Amino acid sequence: MTETRVLLIEDEPNIIEAIRFILSREGWRVDTSPDGKNALEAVRSRSPDLVILDVMLPNRSGYDILSDMRADEATRDIPVMMLTARGQKKDKELAERLGVNKFMTKPFSNAEMLASARELVR
Amino acid sequence: MSFDILVVICVVYVLLLFGVAFWADKQAERGKAGWLRSPVVYTLSLSVYCTAWTFYGAVGYAARSGLEFVAIYLGPTLVMVGWWVILRRLVRIGRSQRITSIADLISSRYGKSNALGVLVTCLAVIGTTPYVALQLQSVTLSLDAFSQSGSASDPQSLRSTALLIAAGLALFTIIFGTRNLDANERHHGVVTAIAVEAVVKLAALMAVGMFVVFVVSGGVGPTLHAIDASPISSWNTGADRWATLIFLSAAAFICLPRMFQVMVVENSDERHLATASWAFPLYLLLISLFVVPIAVVGLSVSPEGSNPDLFVQTVPLAFDRNALAMLAFLGGFSSATSMVIVAAIAVSTMVSNHVVMPIWLNLREGRAALSGDVRKVVILSRRLSIAGILLFGYLYFVLSGGGAALAAIGLVSFTGVAQVLPALLGAIFWRGATRTGAAAGISVGFAVWVWTSFLPSFGEGGILTPEILAHGPFGIALLRPHALFGIEGLDPLVHSVFWSMILNAGSFLAFSILSSQTPLERLQGARFVNIFRYSGGGRGWSGGVVEAEDLLMMSQRLLGATDAQALFRAEAQRQNKSGSLPDVTPAFVERLERELSGSVGAATAHAMIAQITGGVSVSVEDMMRVADEAQQILEYSSQLESKSRELENTAGQLREANEKLVALSFQKDSFLSQVSHELRTPMTSIRSFSEILMDGESMTAGERQKFSQIINGEAVRMTRLLDDLLDLSVLESGQVVLNRQDGTLDAVLDRAFVATGQLGAEATMAVDRNGIDEKVPLRTDCDRLAQVFINLISNAGQYCDAPEPRLKVHVHEVDGRHVVDFIDNGSGIPEESQAEMFEKFTRADDHRAGGGAGLGLAICREVMKRLGGEVDYVAGLGGAAFRVTLPDAESAVAGRAS
Repeated sequence: MTETRVLLIEDEPNIIEAIRFILSREGWRVDTSPDGKNALEAVRSRSPDLVILDVMLPNRSGYDILSDMRADEATRDIPVMMLTARGQKKDKELAERLGVNKFMTKPFSNAEMLASARELVR
Repeated sequence: MSFDILVVICVVYVLLLFGVAFWADKQAERGKAGWLRSPVVYTLSLSVYCTAWTFYGAVGYAARSGLEFVAIYLGPTLVMVGWWVILRRLVRIGRSQRITSIADLISSRYGKSNALGVLVTCLAVIGTTPYVALQLQSVTLSLDAFSQSGSASDPQSLRSTALLIAAGLALFTIIFGTRNLDANERHHGVVTAIAVEAVVKLAALMAVGMFVVFVVSGGVGPTLHAIDASPISSWNTGADRWATLIFLSAAAFICLPRMFQVMVVENSDERHLATASWAFPLYLLLISLFVVPIAVVGLSVSPEGSNPDLFVQTVPLAFDRNALAMLAFLGGFSSATSMVIVAAIAVSTMVSNHVVMPIWLNLREGRAALSGDVRKVVILSRRLSIAGILLFGYLYFVLSGGGAALAAIGLVSFTGVAQVLPALLGAIFWRGATRTGAAAGISVGFAVWVWTSFLPSFGEGGILTPEILAHGPFGIALLRPHALFGIEGLDPLVHSVFWSMILNAGSFLAFSILSSQTPLERLQGARFVNIFRYSGGGRGWSGGVVEAEDLLMMSQRLLGATDAQALFRAEAQRQNKSGSLPDVTPAFVERLERELSGSVGAATAHAMIAQITGGVSVSVEDMMRVADEAQQILEYSSQLESKSRELENTAGQLREANEKLVALSFQKDSFLSQVSHELRTPMTSIRSFSEILMDGESMTAGERQKFSQIINGEAVRMTRLLDDLLDLSVLESGQVVLNRQDGTLDAVLDRAFVATGQLGAEATMAVDRNGIDEKVPLRTDCDRLAQVFINLISNAGQYCDAPEPRLKVHVHEVDGRHVVDFIDNGSGIPEESQAEMFEKFTRADDHRAGGGAGLGLAICREVMKRLGGEVDYVAGLGGAAFRVTLPDAESAVAGRAS
């Protein structure tokens, strides 16, 4: 079985650090893209097993990235977990309309996040 | 036969007409107007052209001038035969524009000019008056002839008879002419009564004619011999007079208010014109067939000096045929009454719509005009106008002495109304015709007519003295009424028609070419001239496949559910159908349209029904009419307009206030969501790392140390954010307490640099300061000022992207006030961000490297506002450049006061 690869698109260094630590313990490889502009390119080139996506990113919103991913043949089927500090109902609805696989609000429980991530890469 | 019996017969006859009119009105109301609107009734109603003048006067005319009377019939015959050219156009325009009178048509075509409407109305009143007088005179004379058997009675009793007749006719006209105010001004009752009268007068004249030919003369052959032998056959009329008469009668046939009324306004179906085009000339032929025989026999059997105008009646009387004479009398009576009734209706509509209503509405300006109110006023003004017209007619009858020959008066009247012809033809054939041209033409023609025809008609010594007639006013020969511009020897009629029409048409053309049109005139001009391009068939509703349900739904929207349902149920009952949905018959659709037009206006109702019935598409012209309605409402209710303007303003203010509230609420929402976001981010790190630490799993000591530091750092960041938020909220609410003290600028700057750690070895950037310039004394809250400086300095420390960051602090004076510029050597702030930089939660590059929440500059701005100074971004000074304008002494005082 090959190594599980996760692409984390997030701009907050401390949160990157935390998620990287948690997933590394599982033996997964975590790549990061801190900028909205280059995120889609990163998804295409790495074609990871899971994308963890922040919403409020510099230059481009997570919603736009998700919508582009779903429109692209190559990235359409990659599971996406969305993390956001904006936990309103309409944010979640929007994400679901765009085809998110899991929507989580910050702050999150490590265990819960990990469980969802496992679920998605299975 | 006694006068009393005659009066009784007249009254019975009038009552009969009452009955007919009443019954026809009822039928129409019940939607059974079917045959009442047949081409036969239409053709018979056109016979209002044949008045008492035709009935009595034609015989008199023939007895005096031979065959000349035929010209009076030839004109209308030509117009009818050529109906395709003018009449069809007029009828189509009348229907599509809901024209109510000839004045309305002219006014409507020339940019809805009421001045023109008034002008045509005046012309119509003046032109109609002699004609009404003529009818009164003929009825009076025939009554007199009957009761006195030839010997004239005294003028006093003639006058009272005429007054009685006038009053009776006024009453009849008022009752049937103003019963309802239909949008389309149709009078089924009156038209039917007129048709009955048409039959009576034709029958009477033919009966007398037959009697004369077959009984008195003894057959057709002997009659022809008698005609050949009589002087009538040798009278010759000049070609000029023939041409003039034919032209004049044709023009009058189109322009007479009463003809326009029956021909255009009362027309219910354009196709009736096709029938009338041969049927009406036939009617004219029949009614003129026996004129010459009656005249010839009359001349031979009547005593010398008897009035030939009364031959129709006096010939049977001379042979003691009382019943026939009675019939003849009723025929004449019918001719006179039908003319007076229709003319009074037509002219009263004009007077009321173009004179009374505008004046009344003007007077009422400023007070609410309820629709019921208006209705009453319209009806009242029509009734008064009808009474007024008959009174005028009576007065003319008295003034003119009742002596002039009937035909002469008729021709005066014809020439008068013919003055509308150029403007009318221009209206429907020439797009370039203008309001100014029409007004000029009608006015000039009108004036020439009054001078050359109307005033002289009162006879020498009437209004014009023989002196003026012979030598012109003030001896100016060029202005002699019967020899204008020195052209003598013409027949007075030919002279008057020639000059009035030439000058009228000339002025019309010249002024039309010289003046320009208003946009409304241009629009109306195009619609009138291109009427066949705009309008569909001139038919009524063709019963297509319309769902009663659709109509009901629409009606409910307009009339309200209860009224609409009641209307439909009533119709269903009438059709003997159970349930509440009737069959959609054309009659029902038409009634429904009438009903709806009461609440939304005729054109709108028409367009809406057209849309649903589908068979008839909504034409451009329908939509234009809808627009027209709206426009008319605007025209007549300036008050409503200003009210609605007021409302609009209020609505605008409300809208603005609402927008502000929405914006405020939006700002509050977005502020809260920003705060939530800013708090959740550090919270996420804290929770995540604390859980990792709690798990107690294997990690290096270094990791443990690092994670604890992160938790601590994020907790500090949250605290700072909360502090900033509280600070900002206090500053924004204005409840901040300022602690003013004396100090110097350099001391405050020193404190700020110490606080940011940009002094000595810890400094991350080089700082340029000029100590001497900074010796500025201050009287302000130095702690707050230092807070502003700290923010600006730490911003520079965080965001300056130069490899060797450098901050220059430059103190100088601008417009007499001290300013402190903080200028770094970075790439500065992009222009698009400069405007919103001082708003809450905005960061230079949306990057959290600095760790702030984006409240710093918002706080700076609030602080400086409280202190009485300013903080701005200054573009073009190198890198990012912020300028703090220090509070001056005065504004510090003002700041304290607030």
